[in-house]
Amino acid sequence: MTNLTALTLADARKALRDKSITSVELTRAHLDAIEKAKGLNAFVAVTAERALRSAQASDARLAAGEAGPLEGLPLGIKDLYATQGVHTQACSHILDKFKPAYESTVTSHLWRDGAVMLGKLNMDEFAMGSSNETSYYGPVASPWLPPNWTPEHAKAALTGDKKGLLTPGGSSGGSACAVAARLCLAATASDTGGSIRQPAAFTGTVGIKPTYGRCSRYGMVAFASSLDQAGPIARTTRDCAIMLRSMAGRDPKDSTCYDAPVPDYEAAIGRSVKGMTIGIPREYRLDGMAGEIEALWSEGAQWLKAAGAKIVDVSLPHTRHALPAYYIVAPAEASSNLARYDGVRYGLREDGGDIVGLYEQTRAKGFGAEVRRRLMIGTYVLSAGYYDAYYVRAQKIRTLIKRDFETVFAAGVDAILTPATPSAAFGIGEKGSADPVEMYLNDVFTVTVNMAGLPGLVAPAGLSATGLPLGLQLIGRPFDEETLFTLGAVIEQSAPKLKAPAPWWA
Amino acid sequence: MSVDQATVRRIARLARIAVEEHEIPHLQGEINAILSFVEELASVDVEGVEPMTSVIPMKLPLREDVVTDGEIAAKVLANAPLTENGFFLVPKVVE
Repeated sequence: MTNLTALTLADARKALRDKSITSVELTRAHLDAIEKAKGLNAFVAVTAERALRSAQASDARLAAGEAGPLEGLPLGIKDLYATQGVHTQACSHILDKFKPAYESTVTSHLWRDGAVMLGKLNMDEFAMGSSNETSYYGPVASPWLPPNWTPEHAKAALTGDKKGLLTPGGSSGGSACAVAARLCLAATASDTGGSIRQPAAFTGTVGIKPTYGRCSRYGMVAFASSLDQAGPIARTTRDCAIMLRSMAGRDPKDSTCYDAPVPDYEAAIGRSVKGMTIGIPREYRLDGMAGEIEALWSEGAQWLKAAGAKIVDVSLPHTRHALPAYYIVAPAEASSNLARYDGVRYGLREDGGDIVGLYEQTRAKGFGAEVRRRLMIGTYVLSAGYYDAYYVRAQKIRTLIKRDFETVFAAGVDAILTPATPSAAFGIGEKGSADPVEMYLNDVFTVTVNMAGLPGLVAPAGLSATGLPLGLQLIGRPFDEETLFTLGAVIEQSAPKLKAPAPWWA
Repeated sequence: MSVDQATVRRIARLARIAVEEHEIPHLQGEINAILSFVEELASVDVEGVEPMTSVIPMKLPLREDVVTDGEIAAKVLANAPLTENGFFLVPKVVE
């Protein structure tokens, strides 16, 4: 039998329907892989029994010819999706022992379509971070070996503090790691400033942040409600398209969820790009940008051109203000959303004498350093006397950022091509300890997309000089994810094939 | 703009996060680093620009004004650290 964990989601789907494998076999193979990869720390909870029960039920439905679109396919779920009766803590200490009595809409769509849950995936605490190092459950190690490290050296580092091993990025670090290390066929993730796309770039996987409103936010632990959006990480654009079709769709429980039919995204893969116009925004050419990032970007444009697209230079003049504006809007919304953690209704409770003491002690013990920092910034920019100078101004700048994109799209541009990240993956413990802003700069190319509510897809496009994956980002018109899948597939086809990291951790 | 230590204490109080006195200088440094990072926004011309309220223009959906949920007190309380007689338990707030 072939290596079941090496199959793509699409191939596994076919093998299940052909009856050449069973969901129980497929699920077992992934549970074994998870067991051997404990050191990577991608999963914070494994739901093995439930997975095997679901797999059996899927096999019965497959045999009866009643298979759903994701029937029998084992997936990982980011820890911020509410899963009924199962560990859901957004990897924060303050949600200690929380097991929701309800299911998120996105995951309920996956189970409706027959998918199997393997467990919950590690992430930065409340999705605040770019390296998975802010998780209460500790950092995740990327399956990619640090340059010049031997497998033995790396394996030994897994048992320690993991310093020097590569981060899988964040906040969806567990999702990206699990997909890249073949611990699940695909995973749910979420993206507020780049949390799907940066980890996908760092691990050589594909990720899409859909248009704001494409997926329901009901049952996702909230970070910044006007920016948060669900999306998948998978190993191919096709697998991402299959996932998104199930995840997306109208939900009466989320009033910001878009009410329009979900297209068959998979049908967009392989469509011709002839006649499409691709914009190259000059403001993304940063001072001091690494030569290899710039070279990869030009190469990506050449691939799209060779496939028949027209490449044009475009301008998005307010780009440089997006990241600073984000660090006002996102913490402001977070400080409001995270006010609910009070030690009374769920999660951690630390006594502090009176009621205010209870709140203050619970929140001091329950939140990690990065979350505390952002809550304090958010509280400050919303406080009396500063609201207009910071928050209202940032929201005005957001209008300008969105207008930049609208102008470019109105001029006939179908999608915009940019680098995904300023560099390849960095090491655990390497960034942000002295200055939090150093870590924030990771999102410089991705955050504009959240500020404007647009869809963004990252596909692997090549390797750095040190042999690590690099990605390119495609930005589309609102609700035109299909064009991104079409273009992403061209990049995937044109780029040199990535070799999967060998399982040095097992 | 930058914050002084008194402001850091005030923000912590507003955010309902207990902060030890020895953490104040460090927090002040971090908050000021972030404030200096966002400082450049003060120079952007936003004259006549509407602040964003909805990133995707959408009509707020309305539903029938009927009860769709409720009578699930046990579920609501299931995750509470302390409860009594079907209520959340908190320190005494009214003398």
